[in-house]
Amino acid sequence: MSRTREVTLCSLYSLPVVFVGIKPPELKKTISPFALNFQLGNFADICIEYCDSVDQNLQMVEKGTSLLKKMEISVAEAEKRTGKNAVNMQETYTVYLIETRPVDAASEGTNPVPDSLWRRYSEFEQLRNYLLVTYPFLVVPPLPEKRAEFVWHKLSADNMDPDFVERRRVGLENFLLRVASHPDLSTDKIFYSFLTEENGWKETVFETGFQAKADSRLKALNATFRVKNPDKRFAEMKHYGDELQSVISQLLRVRARAADRLYGVYKVHGNYGRVFSEWSAIEKEMGDGLQSAGHHMDAYAASVDDILEEEEHYADQLKEYLFYADALRAVCRKHELTQYELEMAAQDLTSKKQQREELATGTIRTFSLKGMTSKLFGQETPEQREAKLKMLETQIEEGEELVKERNGECEEFVKSAWVDIERFKEQKDHDLREALISYAIMQISMCKKGIQVWNNAKECFSKM
Amino acid sequence: MSGSVVDNTVSSGNSSAAIPTDISGQILDLDEDDDLEVFSKDTTLTDGSSLNASMQTSSASMINQYKFEEEEEDADTKDIFVTVDNPESHVTAIETYITYRVETKTTRSEFDSSEFEVRRRYQDFLWLKGRLEEAHPTLIVHPLPEKFVMKGMVERFNEDFIETRRSALHKFLNKIAEHPIFSSSEDFKIFLTAGSGELTSHKKQGPGFLSRMGETVKAVAAAVRGVRSRPQEFTDMQEYVEAFSQKISSIDKVTQRIVREQKEYLEELKECGPTYALWSQSEEELAEPLKNVAGCVDKCCKETDEQVKHLNDHLIPVLHEYVLCADTLKAVLRRRDNIQADFEAKTEALATKKADRDAMRDELDKTEDRLEWANNALKSDWTRWQKGMRTDLRSAFIDTAERNVSYYEKCLAVWESFLQSQRTDAEGNGNVDFS
Repeated sequence: MSRTREVTLCSLYSLPVVFVGIKPPELKKTISPFALNFQLGNFADICIEYCDSVDQNLQMVEKGTSLLKKMEISVAEAEKRTGKNAVNMQETYTVYLIETRPVDAASEGTNPVPDSLWRRYSEFEQLRNYLLVTYPFLVVPPLPEKRAEFVWHKLSADNMDPDFVERRRVGLENFLLRVASHPDLSTDKIFYSFLTEENGWKETVFETGFQAKADSRLKALNATFRVKNPDKRFAEMKHYGDELQSVISQLLRVRARAADRLYGVYKVHGNYGRVFSEWSAIEKEMGDGLQSAGHHMDAYAASVDDILEEEEHYADQLKEYLFYADALRAVCRKHELTQYELEMAAQDLTSKKQQREELATGTIRTFSLKGMTSKLFGQETPEQREAKLKMLETQIEEGEELVKERNGECEEFVKSAWVDIERFKEQKDHDLREALISYAIMQISMCKKGIQVWNNAKECFSKM
Repeated sequence: MSGSVVDNTVSSGNSSAAIPTDISGQILDLDEDDDLEVFSKDTTLTDGSSLNASMQTSSASMINQYKFEEEEEDADTKDIFVTVDNPESHVTAIETYITYRVETKTTRSEFDSSEFEVRRRYQDFLWLKGRLEEAHPTLIVHPLPEKFVMKGMVERFNEDFIETRRSALHKFLNKIAEHPIFSSSEDFKIFLTAGSGELTSHKKQGPGFLSRMGETVKAVAAAVRGVRSRPQEFTDMQEYVEAFSQKISSIDKVTQRIVREQKEYLEELKECGPTYALWSQSEEELAEPLKNVAGCVDKCCKETDEQVKHLNDHLIPVLHEYVLCADTLKAVLRRRDNIQADFEAKTEALATKKADRDAMRDELDKTEDRLEWANNALKSDWTRWQKGMRTDLRSAFIDTAERNVSYYEKCLAVWESFLQSQRTDAEGNGNVDFS
């Protein structure tokens, strides 16, 4: 069965629809509940609701990194596997199918079988860690959450839950597309082989030595250090990242609680359905009207499931930026570390220079135990002093090199980071705006359904 | 709620004012007061065996009275309009209570004038209901709001409670006024027109305490005996009432649950808007759409609030009335049964006793007439009641459905205007291509 990957282009509120397409299973899954309520006359509405999610992908494709220009990437499926783990115990885990296909083939109309390979979530994590270490100045796209958080009562927090797995599949695909559309990350060789080399990728990435680097970086980042002259821009960015994280968390929490309550409201109406039906049995003239009104109440109660599933999609968009906020803060923190290391090197150089001066002029300005002991136990010999001076000179030379190096690093970091932060800002503003718009569209759809149901119910009541 | 009092119901020593907000210190347990009144108000003691003296007429005319035709109660043919409004509290040395203004406008000839305005308290309504039930034990009197404060309510003088009660009392009187038999009741007329002194003295009339007790003993005996051969149609009615009672109670409970859930949903939703607003403070480009969304969510909150209120103020009271109606129907059927039991007992007695046969035969004939009269009355009023129930519940549900549609329409408009603003905004900035 061939699967054509297409993207639906449409304009809000107007037909016609140009079909570039959505995966048939996805489309079917979401068309059928709508078809029940709306009939395909409202196809435009359906497309609109997918426009936003696909629009994002389209934006990425249109921005056109050279990678995306030549290859289509998707995470097509998820499967459960069992196997022995590192400690030789049976475990169940999920693998995801990454499919890649050359772009030309699709547009020519032929549909060759895509290249594909299976990867676990942990491998995605490895890839991301590698990218974090290799490009510390970039805001690296986040992975979908490891465990289901901000759940409301209907969703289970179980990682094996099919809804969770499905949303994770979408999230992983999104992650790959984000990386593939990043001007710098998309050119990374390890990323490319992640997509194309089933075997041996783990070894390849390990050989880059990123893990060791990651561990040492982590250690340094976790240590407390204070920068003498903090860069104002980065400090502000970090503060923004904190605020963004805090407010999105709050929003997700509040939204989840409201969703839970809304579920209750709709479901209780289902009881009307049952009681009206029972009541209609004892009435003569009122019976038919009551019975059919009851059916509409059942439909109303059932409609909340789709409504809340769509809202989950909106929550996922918010979650991506919750995690992006973390990535942003990480960049700021790494900049701080870079600057701190520069300051340390500079400080070290300064103190060495001072030592040299003292030694040369004989004045002791800085306290040193050696100096004191030599004072107590006698001056050093000129040969000793000579040796010391020579050593200091070397150290100073090395120190100056180091400072120069670190300075360069810092400048590079600031330059690259700031470019990427600007890019990120634009992306964020665009994506979140689209998310808000899609939220409004969802609310509108919910209202339309409500109007339809209650108008139908009213008609039935009139026949009572 | 003005401070003026229209008639002399309130005796001179009292202060009447608009409902004070906190009079908890002044509340006495008024319901003890009710026990001092004559038993005529207490519905549980009324049963088939007592008859209001004024209603005794010949058997033939009694039967004819209840052959009413298919009445069409058009608004045009309505010749009496009753309103209950303007609750006021009255504070005396011994108690505090609420009176309601009852205004009547009528063209009926039996009324001395065309407009009346009196003040009545809940006790007076109870009295009227009792009198009507006494006089017509197998007719269906629309229920009064409950005597006691429902659990979960704060206090009897809470504004919402008073308004709910006022509205129910208004409905009660209008149902009486619409009823072909009740509306021509002398007690009803006096209730609508008499000054407070006149009403009090009229209340003291009616069968004396001891004769009432005598009738009650008979009634209890009859109830214990039970009915031997109840006609099928009344058994059908009983089954219907049982089922109806269950269903309407369920619907009442479901509706109350919906109101509760909606209120809790509203509480959560109220926090969403401020969170979006808070977010907008950290943003630049996004600040405007975020603030906009915050505004939309707040507007939807307001609409939700009003929708819940409507449910509470319109659907729930109607459902509640019909829950009480079910109890009324059960009582009516019981009373009819008692009349039949009485008749059966007397028939038996006549068959076995030898002495006083003539007197007993007379008594039996009267009882037979009473039974036939009661059965016919019930059958006609039953049809009438069913029609009324259908009309009332249908319009209450239609009303609710319309309100829900309106709620969704308003929310729809809120979000569509948001989309519109984003569209014009984007096209203006050239940021997002909507084509």
